[in-house]
Amino acid sequence: MQQQSGKLLQQTIQHIGLTFISLLIAVLIGLPLGIYITRNKKMAGIVLGIAGILQTIPSIALLGFMIPLLGIGPVPAITALFLYALLPVIRNTYEGINGVDAGVREAAIAMGMTPLQRLFRVELVLAFPVIMAGIRTATVINVGVGTLAAYIAAGGLGEFIFGGIALNNTNMILAGAIPAALLAILLDFLLSLVQHTGSRGRRRAIVLLPVALLVFSSFYVLPIGYGSRLLAGFTPEFMGRRDGDIGLRSVYGLRIRTVVISDAVMYKAIYNHKLDVISGYSTDGRLKAYDLVVLDDDKKIFPPYYAAPVIRKEVLEKYPELTPVLNKLAGRINDSIMTLLNYQAEYLNRPPEQIAREFLVAQGLYRTPRAGDKGVVVLGSKIFPEQYILTDMYALLIRGYTDLRVESKTGLGGTKICFEALIHGQIDMYPEYTGTALLAILQPPPDLAGRLATSRDSVYAYVSRRFDEVYGLTWLDPIGFNNAYALMMRRAQARQFGIRTITDLTNYLKKER
Amino acid sequence: MIEVKNITKTFGVYKAVDNISFTVRDGETIVFLGSSGSGKTTLLKMINRLLEPDSGEILIDGRSIVDQQVEDLRRKIGYVFQNNGLFPHYTIEENIGTVPRLLRWDRQRIARRTTTLMEKLQLLPEQYRAAYPRELSGGQQQRVGIARALAADPPILLMDEPFGALDPITRSHVRKDFKELDELRSKTIVLVTHDIQEAFELADRILLMDKGKIVQQGTPDELLFNPQGDYVRQFLQEQRFQLEAERIAPGDYPSLIRAFDHFKTRES
Repeated sequence: MQQQSGKLLQQTIQHIGLTFISLLIAVLIGLPLGIYITRNKKMAGIVLGIAGILQTIPSIALLGFMIPLLGIGPVPAITALFLYALLPVIRNTYEGINGVDAGVREAAIAMGMTPLQRLFRVELVLAFPVIMAGIRTATVINVGVGTLAAYIAAGGLGEFIFGGIALNNTNMILAGAIPAALLAILLDFLLSLVQHTGSRGRRRAIVLLPVALLVFSSFYVLPIGYGSRLLAGFTPEFMGRRDGDIGLRSVYGLRIRTVVISDAVMYKAIYNHKLDVISGYSTDGRLKAYDLVVLDDDKKIFPPYYAAPVIRKEVLEKYPELTPVLNKLAGRINDSIMTLLNYQAEYLNRPPEQIAREFLVAQGLYRTPRAGDKGVVVLGSKIFPEQYILTDMYALLIRGYTDLRVESKTGLGGTKICFEALIHGQIDMYPEYTGTALLAILQPPPDLAGRLATSRDSVYAYVSRRFDEVYGLTWLDPIGFNNAYALMMRRAQARQFGIRTITDLTNYLKKER
Repeated sequence: MIEVKNITKTFGVYKAVDNISFTVRDGETIVFLGSSGSGKTTLLKMINRLLEPDSGEILIDGRSIVDQQVEDLRRKIGYVFQNNGLFPHYTIEENIGTVPRLLRWDRQRIARRTTTLMEKLQLLPEQYRAAYPRELSGGQQQRVGIARALAADPPILLMDEPFGALDPITRSHVRKDFKELDELRSKTIVLVTHDIQEAFELADRILLMDKGKIVQQGTPDELLFNPQGDYVRQFLQEQRFQLEAERIAPGDYPSLIRAFDHFKTRES
C-alpha cells in the first residue's frame, strides 16, 4: 500500500507534467498561429481546418501513428497531446481577437498605437477570457487523453487505469481514474479563476501564465526506476501482478529500468530496439515474427497456463461421445506449434478457420463433416487469435466425428465474460488456461496459490477438482502448450550477453553495475 | 494648416469621396455637414490615415501626411468617436492617458494632465479616476472620449459625430461644455455631423457635402443667406426659421418679423 501511494503521487506528478508540457508547446505554437490568421484571413480556413482534422483522429489511433514516427516514450505522447491541444488554443485565439469590438480596435489605431502595441495592450487583453477558455478546454482534454500515454511507455495515471482494467481490479482503476478526474476539475477551476480576473489581473496573468506552465512542465521526469543499461517494457497488467513485476523483484531480485507499455506496441518496440526486455505470452505469434526468445523462468514465479477445454457436465452426460473427440487434441500442440499457429493468424493475417483445418489435416485428424442433426453444442472463445484457432479446431472435430451440430460464439471479451456465459448455459464450452482459472476465477489465498503454482500438474488437479465441485464444470485433458507469462529478449542480444534464464538476466544487470 | 488636394476614395465601384479640395486654417473649426453616405466620415478618416485615399494629397503644415511615421502623425491628432471608442479594460484615467503614455510622458505629468482634463470636462476626478467606462453614463463616456483626444494637447482635433449617439438633453449639455473649453481656443478642429443645428452652432466654416462632393463651402451666414443651388436651400429648409432667428440680435424685432414673414410666405 505504501508503495502504491508513492506510485500514485509519482504518476500524478508525471501526469501534470505531461499535460503541461504539451499545453506549453500548444500555447507557444497555437497562440502566434491564431494571431497570424487574424491578420491573414485567407490562411484561417486552412489552419483551422487542419487543426480540426487532427482533433477528430481517435486518440488511440493518433498514438498509433506516432509510434513508427517517434517510437515510444514521452516524445510521441507529448506530440500527440500537443496536437490535441492545438485546435482549442488556435481557434479561441482567433475568435477572441476577432471578437474585439471594431470601434475599440479603430480607436487603438487612431490613438497612434503600433500594430504590436495594439496587439499587446488592447487585443490580447480583451480577447484574454476567450483565449483562456481555449486553454482550459485544452487542459481538460490533455488530462483525459494523457491517461493513454501509459500505452506507449510515457507514464501518468493511465498506468493504474489500464492495469486495473486488465486485472479486473476496480480499486486500481479508481486509483487512476479518480485522481485524473480530480486533476481535470482542479486545473479547470484554477484556470477559470485566471480567466475571470479583472483587467489589471489579466495583464499580470499574461506574464505569469507562461511561467506557471514552465514550472508545471518541469514536473515531468522520465519514468525511470534504476539506471540500468537495459530497458524493460511491461504491460500495466504485468506491473500489478504477483506473478509479474512484483514477483520478479521479490523472488529474483531483478532490478531493471522499467517503463509501462501496452502489449499492442510492446513487441514492435523491442523489435525496433526501443526496449530490451518485455513481458509477453509464451505462445504469442510475434515471438517468431520478431525473432524473440523466452527467458527460462528458473525459479518458477509464472504459474503454468496450460490450455484445456472446459465444458459443462450436463453436456458431457447428454452427449458422452464428445469426450474422446475433444481429447483428440490433447498433448498435440506444444509451445512452438502454438506459436507458429498464432504467427500465421497474427502476423500473416490468415483466417483462423483455415489454420485450424490445415493443422488437423496435417495431423491426420480431419474428417469431412457428417452434417448430423442430433443436437447442438455451443462453443465460446475469448477475443484473441489463439482462442479462435482452438475453437475452430474443436468445431471441425465435432462436425467430423459426431452427429452434433456446432454453433460458435467467438470473441466473448475476456475471462469474466466467457466464464459467466458458460456457467449460465449460454455456451457449452470454451478453452481456458489453468493459471487464469486459478488466479482470476478461483482466487485461492496467496500462500496456497504460491505452492500450487510451481507445478503444472498440481494446478491442473486443483482447478479441475474445484471447478467440478463449485460450478459443475469439467476440465478435459490439457492440449499441451503453456501460454504463460514470459520475459522475452531479442534473440541476438540474449545470445550476445549469454542470457538464457531470468537469473542470468538478474546477474547480468548486477554485474553491469 | 490642413490642405486637402484632389482627394478621391472609392469603395468598389462606389465613389465615397470624389475629387475634393479644401483648406483648414490654423485655429479654425470646420464642419463637414451632410446626410448619411455623403462621404463626410470617409473624408475625415483620411486626414489621420485611418483610410488611405486612392488619389490626391493631404498636407499638414505644408508636409505631406504620408512623409512621416503614421503612428507619429496620429499621436499629434486628437480623435473623438461617435460611440466613444473607449478601451473597456482601461480605467478612465488610463483611457485619458493613452496617448501621453505612447509618447512616454512621465507618470506625474500624465496624472496632472488627466486630473486637469477631468475637471474641465466636469468629471469628478476623485470619483471617476479609477472607474471603468461601463460604469459611466453615455454623456460621461463621451466627455472621457473628448478628454482622451485632448490629452497630449494635439494641435488638430478630428471629431466624428461626437455628440451623435447622445439623447437631445445630454447632447446639448455636453456640447455646451465642449464649446466653453478653453483648450479648444487654439485648436484646428474638423468635425463631422449630420445635425444642421450643431453645424451652425460650432462651425467657423461649413462644408456641405452630397454624394462625395462639396456642394457649398462657407460660413454659416453664407450658407443661410446666400445658398448656392437648390440642394443647399432644400437641405436647410426645415430649420431655416430657427437658424435665422438665432442669428438676430436680441431686441431686433423688425428683423425677427421680417424673418418670420419670409418663412411664412415660403411655407404657403
